[in-house]
Amino acid sequence: MTTSEWPLWEVFVRSRRGLSHTHAGSLHAPDAEMALRNARDLYTRRSEGVSIWVMPSAGITASSPDEKDPFFEPAADKPYRHPTFYEVPEGVKNL
Amino acid sequence: MTAVTADTQEAYQAVFDAAVASDERIEPRDWMPEAYRATLVRQIAQHAHSEIIGMQPEANWITRAPSLRRKAILMAKVQDEAGHGLYLYSAAETLGTSRDELLDKLHAGRQKYSSIFNYPTLTWADVGAIGWLVDGAAITNQVPLCRCSYGPYARAMVRICKEESFHQRQGYESLLALSRGTPEQHAMAQDAVNRWWWPSLMMFGPPDDESSHSAQSMAWKIKRHSNDDLRQRFVDICVPQAEALGLTLPDPDLRWNEERGHYDFGPIDWTEFWDVLKGNGPCNEQRITQRRRAHEDGAWVRDAAAAYAAKHGEATA
Amino acid sequence: MTATVNTAAALALGDDALVLSHRLGEWAGHAPVLEEEVALANIALDLLGQARVLLSLVGDEDELAYLREERAFRNVQLVEQPNGDFAHTIARQLYFSTYQRLLYGRLAAAGEVGDLAGLAAKAVKEVAYHQDHAEQWTLRLGDGTPESHERMLRACTALWRFTGELFQPVDGLDVDWRELESDWLASVTAVLERATLPVPDGPRTGAWSAGAGRQGLHTESFGRMLAEMQHLHRSHPGASW
Repeated sequence: MTTSEWPLWEVFVRSRRGLSHTHAGSLHAPDAEMALRNARDLYTRRSEGVSIWVMPSAGITASSPDEKDPFFEPAADKPYRHPTFYEVPEGVKNL
Repeated sequence: MTAVTADTQEAYQAVFDAAVASDERIEPRDWMPEAYRATLVRQIAQHAHSEIIGMQPEANWITRAPSLRRKAILMAKVQDEAGHGLYLYSAAETLGTSRDELLDKLHAGRQKYSSIFNYPTLTWADVGAIGWLVDGAAITNQVPLCRCSYGPYARAMVRICKEESFHQRQGYESLLALSRGTPEQHAMAQDAVNRWWWPSLMMFGPPDDESSHSAQSMAWKIKRHSNDDLRQRFVDICVPQAEALGLTLPDPDLRWNEERGHYDFGPIDWTEFWDVLKGNGPCNEQRITQRRRAHEDGAWVRDAAAAYAAKHGEATA
Repeated sequence: MTATVNTAAALALGDDALVLSHRLGEWAGHAPVLEEEVALANIALDLLGQARVLLSLVGDEDELAYLREERAFRNVQLVEQPNGDFAHTIARQLYFSTYQRLLYGRLAAAGEVGDLAGLAAKAVKEVAYHQDHAEQWTLRLGDGTPESHERMLRACTALWRFTGELFQPVDGLDVDWRELESDWLASVTAVLERATLPVPDGPRTGAWSAGAGRQGLHTESFGRMLAEMQHLHRSHPGASW
């Protein structure tokens, strides 16, 4: 079986209410539903967003407000993703 | 294809040169010299490949991480590396190549990844040493890339550098816990640093006078500092950090040079570097085999999702 | 509500999350596509986070994870099943996430189980996402290519016998287990039907396959999984990491 590559999608993330969606990057997905989910995993692992659009060349699809909680809340309790989570002895520089 | 006259070509080149000279970014739809495009594809692809091959030595310890806190950190870090690979493949795709094409080249051995990942992770302390030294060297290399002349690459690097700041810290913290732990743990940490120090220094690439791509890349502002400059910067940063760890660096020639204002360090074994690069490292075969197998084993999954999308009339770009 | 009751429940749910997280962690570097590396790791991290909260209600999380013998683990056998191919991993996730979502939803709503209610309220959101992920993939594998259909069918059937155990009452959880089971069956049936997959008709209960994990009786591969997970920690008694 020969595999044809999944199409490319552009991802737009609204980082918080009041701001517009901005381009975050791109990814591959077989369809819009998976593109949204992949975008959530990839571009909002550190609570970077409250809403996502994905756009193939054909159009734009946005995540619905109802999905906000399960989509974005889990990342808030992963402080180990941020450098300030780690203790470094006094005087150690450039980490 | 419309013929581009020599005059037009020259005009394009002038616009490009002016943009680079004034530190403006080159964007995907801009005209660019073919050699610039090829250099970028080669470098970004190698960088992307390094991220995903680099998952392997660390993933090797996920199932054996000695505490749940360390396990969560390591999983998050390896996940980030997959994400960084994705950002970089995306950046490469803006240059008109597809991810599949790049992966095929990696699997066929026609594109390289960083040689550092051809070394094995033999103990838990290796995970800490990779975080401190390998990620430390990578960050030293990458921070200047945030100002690279090619926009998509520079933007990917900004995101990556931001996310990676925790990678180096967690490694340092982990080594510190080992160094201050039981005598066995301390010995484990020292052994790991002994094995990873020299390969980390090699990550900056061959010395400036032997580096084939450096000069042109610097002129194009793809690269901002020479290999040797970055290597020196890294050594200067690491020495006091090693002291604070209570660990030594395996180089008897390492000492402060008042006159230069830098640390002097011993000669690097470039024979080993070229040997590993050519495929003769301890893990070259293993790394590429696992990568290829994951890709081949996943083919039916990717096919299934594509078939489902086609059946259900989903938009395909 | 007494502390001992909570302990038994926290241990059972904590072990479920711990063990499944470990299995998902084994995928790192082996996923079928890069995007899925990220997705599987997200689920694994959510579960590990849940496990740490739950086990900490019982005692020291690391002592519990690393120093208990196999027979002291209280997870259901479903979560310890090896990853198999991607279809097996997805079928396991569909069965388990559906259960976890329904159970945590009830615990969050009841609010009377003390420490567990807060965890459940947060976890139910995470688990909703896990279930959605499993559902999306069940649809694509079931209704994808003939090969993927065949693999998904095999996986759903093979793991079916471990699903009866999910509805064995857990001490300390005031849940209508019968109703939970019928909700689970309805939800899973709906997904399988949309995925053009038959609902497996094999037994879901039996002398060995049901209720055994919660009593500390596990399957062969679990011992090997624990050996790998625990060996480093056990090799350095008393060390901190």
